[in-house]
Amino acid sequence: MSGSREATGLDHDGGRAPNDGAWKAQPAVVVTGVGVAAPNGLGRDAFWEATVEGRSGIGPITRFDPSSYPAQLAGEVPGYDAAEHIPSRLLAQTDHMTRLALTAAEWALADAGVDPKELPEFGMGVVTASASGGFEFGHRELEKLWSKGSEHVSAYQSFAWFYAVNTGQISIRHGMRGPTGVLVTEQAGGLDAVAQARRQVRKGIPLVVTGGVDASLCPWGWTAQIPNGRLSTSREPAAAFLPFDAGAIGYVPGEGGAILVLEDASAARGEAYGEIAGYGATFDPRPGSGRQPGLRRAAEIALADAGLERGDVDVVFADAAGVVELDRIEAEAISGIFGPFGVPVTAPKTMTGRLYSGGAALDLVSALMSIKHGVIPPTTNVQRLAEGIDLDLVRDAPREAPVRAALVLARGYGGFNAAMVVRRHTPERTPR
Amino acid sequence: MPNTSDRRVVITGMGVIAPGGLGAKAFWELLTSGRTATRTVSFFDPNPFRSRVAAEADFDPAAEGLSPQEIRRMDRAAQLAVVCTRECLVDSGFATDEHDPTRVGVSVGTAVGATMSLEQEYVVVSDGGQQWLTDHRYASPHLYDYLVPSSFARDVAWEVGAEGPATVISTGCTSGLDAVGHAMELIREGSADVMIAGATDAPISPITLACFDAIKATTARNDDPEHASRPFDNSRDGFVLGEGAAMFVLEELGHARRRNAQIYAELVGFASRSNAFHMTGLRPDGREMAEAIRVALGDARLPADSVDYINAHGSGTKQNDRHETAAFKRSLGDHAYRTPVSSIKSMVGHSLGAIGSIEIAASALAIRHGVVPPTANLHERDPECDLDYTPLVAREKRLDVVLSVGSGFGGFQSAMILGRVA
Repeated sequence: MSGSREATGLDHDGGRAPNDGAWKAQPAVVVTGVGVAAPNGLGRDAFWEATVEGRSGIGPITRFDPSSYPAQLAGEVPGYDAAEHIPSRLLAQTDHMTRLALTAAEWALADAGVDPKELPEFGMGVVTASASGGFEFGHRELEKLWSKGSEHVSAYQSFAWFYAVNTGQISIRHGMRGPTGVLVTEQAGGLDAVAQARRQVRKGIPLVVTGGVDASLCPWGWTAQIPNGRLSTSREPAAAFLPFDAGAIGYVPGEGGAILVLEDASAARGEAYGEIAGYGATFDPRPGSGRQPGLRRAAEIALADAGLERGDVDVVFADAAGVVELDRIEAEAISGIFGPFGVPVTAPKTMTGRLYSGGAALDLVSALMSIKHGVIPPTTNVQRLAEGIDLDLVRDAPREAPVRAALVLARGYGGFNAAMVVRRHTPERTPR
Repeated sequence: MPNTSDRRVVITGMGVIAPGGLGAKAFWELLTSGRTATRTVSFFDPNPFRSRVAAEADFDPAAEGLSPQEIRRMDRAAQLAVVCTRECLVDSGFATDEHDPTRVGVSVGTAVGATMSLEQEYVVVSDGGQQWLTDHRYASPHLYDYLVPSSFARDVAWEVGAEGPATVISTGCTSGLDAVGHAMELIREGSADVMIAGATDAPISPITLACFDAIKATTARNDDPEHASRPFDNSRDGFVLGEGAAMFVLEELGHARRRNAQIYAELVGFASRSNAFHMTGLRPDGREMAEAIRVALGDARLPADSVDYINAHGSGTKQNDRHETAAFKRSLGDHAYRTPVSSIKSMVGHSLGAIGSIEIAASALAIRHGVVPPTANLHERDPECDLDYTPLVAREKRLDVVLSVGSGFGGFQSAMILGRVA
């Protein structure tokens, strides 16, 4: 191993910086507000308190009777009464995930101290991730169609279930007429959407609402998830989702996610959570090619994009698949860059389950909160690291440590890899 | 903000499957002949539905070279995308094994993903809609691929061996423009040198018919299906649901030149905006689409009067046709009256997220051949639509700059500008 301050990215095959340094001249893009709907806490503070304390939101499914299914645990968002948050005319036309997204967006804007009515309408954009759309809404309408007939299908079906619904509804609710976007890369989407939002801010859009919120906890959504072969069939919440553990047996799905407000640092009011400093995305080689998986390369591109060296990163938020082979690939990627046990690694999603497009967006919030509070939240329930997992996994108890920069990793089913670096934002003093 | 990258993006290959013909050549022949490919729905019994017309592609996956396992694994929309991907690679002369796979990315647009397979699976696991607690034991092993349409980008990436950034873009009916716009951005910023980009949708399924019936968005001209898609015509009464795909090889200009690739056109400007008004409704003033057009022209550093042809969204709903007519006047001023406009949806229907890419293909072919495709079925203009919509017959015209626009549910408005490469 060469010196710990060695620059990453540029010295590996295919690890070229995305823009050969041209981005460096661009203004910083910062996160100024966050809104959270997570299985272990509704709202940023409830979520963060639970996360630091190691409190899990995983339990038996209550939304429907899961007893006929092999997998029966999920992370459900607790205590969410939609009528408290959403106007009644919107209730009829929205899926559960859209209501959660609208609520999280409202909180994120309030957190940023933004009143959208006071900002130029074309200067605000919305870019969200989606994995499977408003599936529960779609389930009810499919049932009406096939059991009662086409004339019973809701007038809202055409848009309530589709992947673009959260972006559309958020833009309408807040009068945001700038650029829009919807990225679908399963669990990697939370990072891909934020990266796209950063592009828009860099192109001159002052404020972009971004992130991801997903939920498909209905029988039809559950039935559709089971064939991926990765759902944990454990009945014991503390033993079901054990990423990097020798006893990893798959993951527990959850619902929810996070919405973030991104702004140009020079225009942002008040204190920012941190800067979206680097991003990289890759796709895995097709099966049988014999080539290396792309996660490490994504992380190296993100570090190079941020202009950071590996020693600058104080924590890695892992994708944490909970699937033996995928855990090994991720551990090798992290150890390959940082050295064995070379950086603290954590997976607070052990307390929420994997939230699809919401998962990485929520991890970004955790990373930003770590920077803000100087504490790394724990990974829960992991007892014994699998052989060859050479990670300094922060387990059971939070670890207090100054966090200057965090690397967040995410992977989407099928081969999508994304990595994002967030770092403490120190406003530059402009010379007179 | 004008584009500041010195990396230019060109189309060097295309593959198209649209109703009325398989392959880009058949597609262009249909468009320039002014024939229509709309008909009575044949995939299932359409009698229970208000709108029974669709533009179906006569696509046989086995005849197009997909293996039995590929056919079983992939939803029809993924099949369309993969077959178009193969066509665009051949057309471009792009041999995937001769390029660094980490510099090749994928961007696939779709509005409704694997909706056909999802509905077919639903019918089985719910036993015909009778069981709320759907039975996973009857599900296809590929059902998860249908749940997450990101599988489309995976299927294309596997086809190409791409290891650069890969994504699905799903912004409803502007997906096909936005997916190509996204790919263009990734090449400009240097994240990839080559992007396999385009869009696909295969939505002709009972649930799709039912959901558009419920808001009367689709035509009820069931007794005259061949003439049912009538954009800008005074007698129009809604759009005709379609299906299809178009995929492109997009390359950084220098990359294309170094390998002596053919060039159809350059992607010179792109923008999307949102109306923040209504999930399905449009305001008649066309303000946000006009803004998208203005920003796209600015991105391309082109003046409004440089536009030689507008490939319209032209869905054939009253509110759309008036909305975009207003948007063209608002963004291009008097030049809008001097610019030929047309809607190919009059011939190939509205394939939701796919159509934006299919219309980019039409725009690129229009530049290459110097021909403006017509708007079929346009006999008597809506008095409020007073531009030149190129009725019935294709028109020869040298085209240096073409504007292609899209408008969709969610309030999304997108504009893509293509330019001739000297």
